[in-house]
Amino acid sequence: MRFSLGFFIREALRAMRRNAAPSFAALATITVTLIVVGVFIPIVQATQGAANSVRSRVLVDVYMQQKATAADDARVERELRVLPHVARVVFESKRQALAQQRRQNPVAYEILGNINPLPDTFHIYPTNPSYVLGVRAAILHSSSGGMLDPSIEKVSNHTEDTQKLLTVTRFVMITAALLAALLIAASVLLIGNTIRLSLYARRREVEVMKLVGATDWFIRWPFVIEGVIVGAFGAVLAIVVLGITKLAVLDPLANNFTLIAAPRTIPFVPLLLVLVAAGVAVSALGSGISLRRFLRV
Amino acid sequence: MPPMSRNTVIEFRGVTKKYGTGVYGLDQATFSVDREEFVFLIGSTGSGKSTVMRLLIKELEPTEGTIRVAGRDLAAITRRQIPFYRRNVGVVFQDFKLLPNRTVYDNVAYALQVTGHSRREIRARVPDVLRLTGLSTKLHNYPDQLSGGEQQRVSIARAFVNHPPLLLADEPTGNLDPETSIDIMRLLYRINRTGTTVLVASHDHVMVDKMRRRVLELSRGRVIRDEAAGLYARDESTREFAQRLRGPHEPPQTL
Ligand SMILES: Nc1ncnc2c1ncn2[C@@H]1O[C@H](COP(=O)(O)OP(=O)(O)O)[C@@H](O)[C@H]1O
Ligand SMILES: [Mg+2]
Repeated sequence: MRFSLGFFIREALRAMRRNAAPSFAALATITVTLIVVGVFIPIVQATQGAANSVRSRVLVDVYMQQKATAADDARVERELRVLPHVARVVFESKRQALAQQRRQNPVAYEILGNINPLPDTFHIYPTNPSYVLGVRAAILHSSSGGMLDPSIEKVSNHTEDTQKLLTVTRFVMITAALLAALLIAASVLLIGNTIRLSLYARRREVEVMKLVGATDWFIRWPFVIEGVIVGAFGAVLAIVVLGITKLAVLDPLANNFTLIAAPRTIPFVPLLLVLVAAGVAVSALGSGISLRRFLRV
Repeated sequence: MPPMSRNTVIEFRGVTKKYGTGVYGLDQATFSVDREEFVFLIGSTGSGKSTVMRLLIKELEPTEGTIRVAGRDLAAITRRQIPFYRRNVGVVFQDFKLLPNRTVYDNVAYALQVTGHSRREIRARVPDVLRLTGLSTKLHNYPDQLSGGEQQRVSIARAFVNHPPLLLADEPTGNLDPETSIDIMRLLYRINRTGTTVLVASHDHVMVDKMRRRVLELSRGRVIRDEAAGLYARDESTREFAQRLRGPHEPPQTL
């Protein structure tokens, strides 16, 4: 049998005109849902990116005493390398550290002249961020009781900050996911309701179609297409709103605050495709559920 | 039970339909209708006429017994095949079941559209059937701009546009005045003369008796009368037919 796409679309549009109020409610919900999803995807990605860069920076810094010699450095490096869960040990001499700081903050270091207040430093990367505390403890309280090596001045402690940041990130992500899930559920229900009302408004058509021998899928298609049109239209509206917001608010801000531009997030075009796909999927799901429950063909 | 003749279109054999409420819509009904016959199904309200019609389009399943249409056992038709089966059976109801927001032309074309016919087929067939049913001048009217008789013609046109071999009409004149009813009966007879088997349910005894067609009478779901065919001239013209309907009431001739 022929798949009469033109006929289905005409029937779907005719139904939407007759069924304008619920169609509009579903459209509005889909639009709001997709706007929220469209805002949250980049935010979640940004926070996740920030969390990941923090994670990868989770390391233990070991500062040597000012009077430490090259021999001391070499010995400590060997001792650090054999500790359990240590992936990498990177040495930064006091001269390298000074050069680095001079580049970042020339004015402050100009005043210091030739004095170098910075110590020789070892950056220790654990095999996994969760071993940070263990590695740190192994240096602070070695088997000999005290510090691993007498020429070590200090061991850095970023752990608490790291822990806090990771907690906040997880909280943001869970909240965003919950909100998105709730909104998507509401959209599915509202689309389902729209289709149910549309079925009710068109029960005569359905009755006639059954009498003259239309197949089940021929009867269903216009309703599915009606749902998909609502979903796709909602996605387009959401995209327009998001696009205007991006151009009017986000882009000027990004020029002033590197923070907004910095984290890598999804580019705009793939985001749009995701939104359209989500809109269509949500409405197909909604109409499918409704047809299954209310159209016994 | 005699073997079914090759020309049998409808065959009910010991058919019982018991509704969920415990009411019997049909009770051990046995009868058959031959090809190209014009048969009246009569009986008072609640006697089971609509039950017969709904069983024939497989809207209902019999509780007991077998129903065959053109030799095919309806029990063997799967849910999936029902739409294709229904394309061979035209149905007309007392309440017309027209779509109010479509024109006459669109109402008739709708039956072809939803069964997947091409635009070309639709353009070729709809005007023909509208001519046959005398609606050529009303193409662009909406149902509420038509008289009851005209609306029933539209519904007959829609049922017949596929040229099904079997046409069922459940009280097609129930909402119409006597003169309009005669026109509708005449139209059904004309369709019958094109070779279509026609089964008409009616509770209008006077009209049925005048028509002198075969009559099956139901009472409480049982067939209580099957007045044999052959009393009337098979090749009566529709004009003669209508004249006889308009004539004075004569008692039915029985064997
Ligand atoms: N869906 C139904 N549920 C229960 N009883 C029904 C149903 N349809 C018909 N009946 C009963 O079956 C009997 C036959 O009804 P029907 O075939 O509609 O008669 P008719 O068309 O001759 O008026 C009646 O007693 C009616 O009340
Ligand atoms: Mg009835």
